Amino acid sequence: MPIGIFMFLAALAIIAGFGVIMQRNPVHCVLALALVLMDLGVLFMGLDAVTLGFLQIIVYVGAIMVLFLFVIWLLNVQADPGLGRHLALKLFGSIGAAALAAEFAAIIVQAPKLSDLRPLPPDFGTVAALARSLFSDYLVAFEVTSILLLAAIVGAIALARKTSPALALVTPAPARDASALAPTGDAAAQRKSA
Amino acid sequence: MTPISYYLALSAILFAVGVAGVLIRRNVIVMFLAIELMLNAVNLALVALGRRIGSMDGQVIVFFVMTVAAAEAAVGLAIIISIFRNRGTVNADELNLLRW
Repeated sequence: MPIGIFMFLAALAIIAGFGVIMQRNPVHCVLALALVLMDLGVLFMGLDAVTLGFLQIIVYVGAIMVLFLFVIWLLNVQADPGLGRHLALKLFGSIGAAALAAEFAAIIVQAPKLSDLRPLPPDFGTVAALARSLFSDYLVAFEVTSILLLAAIVGAIALARKTSPALALVTPAPARDASALAPTGDAAAQRKSA
Repeated sequence: MTPISYYLALSAILFAVGVAGVLIRRNVIVMFLAIELMLNAVNLALVALGRRIGSMDGQVIVFFVMTVAAAEAAVGLAIIISIFRNRGTVNADELNLLRW
């Protein structure tokens, strides 16, 4: 990838990354993260991982981000009321993240330059090459992943049901206060706004 | 050609931004988004290093990370919905039922 295009994409990713953590409205945060993910998909394609770039855009932006959007709309999450609150928390959080960034910078500056690229096989990054790795070297991990996805589907449905048997076990009815008796998120949201 | 080190630097910056998001935001959904940002920063490092050594293994690992992230998002958002139904909030500071 030419360095000019990389610099543009990198600047866009960093700006959108700051947008993810600094926007007040959660929907705007999701849209900023979708921008970061599409940007990274293009970077993957520039690194000869074309299949992975398209998968990134389809799976992450097309499925996971839409799932986040639906949950935000379902819960009717409002914008963060005060950016001026929790100032000490934000100060120390920023200091911690800056220390981590400085540590990364020290590592990258001291590491040897990785500029020389090996010659690639002609099918590098294609669907066929990815599938050959998945179904030979990583077959066990692939099958375990399918079981993981099945368990995640069942678990998500069981947790998000309106009368969740799992929640009925851990929160007995008499222990709930009046505000916890509403069975649906809609009712709770209406009561909060009233 | 762009040196691979630049990709690693971008990955490190995005990871640090994600860490900052988890630390300074109190909305559980936004913290979750910051975690996704960190996962993708690591994915970029994996793809870049896999390109450097000319191996498909990095891309296969990124494939698995994407699958696990999808499962994690589904279960995590279901937990958030369940918490919101019971507590009426997604603010991490108000979810203090387990505090002594």
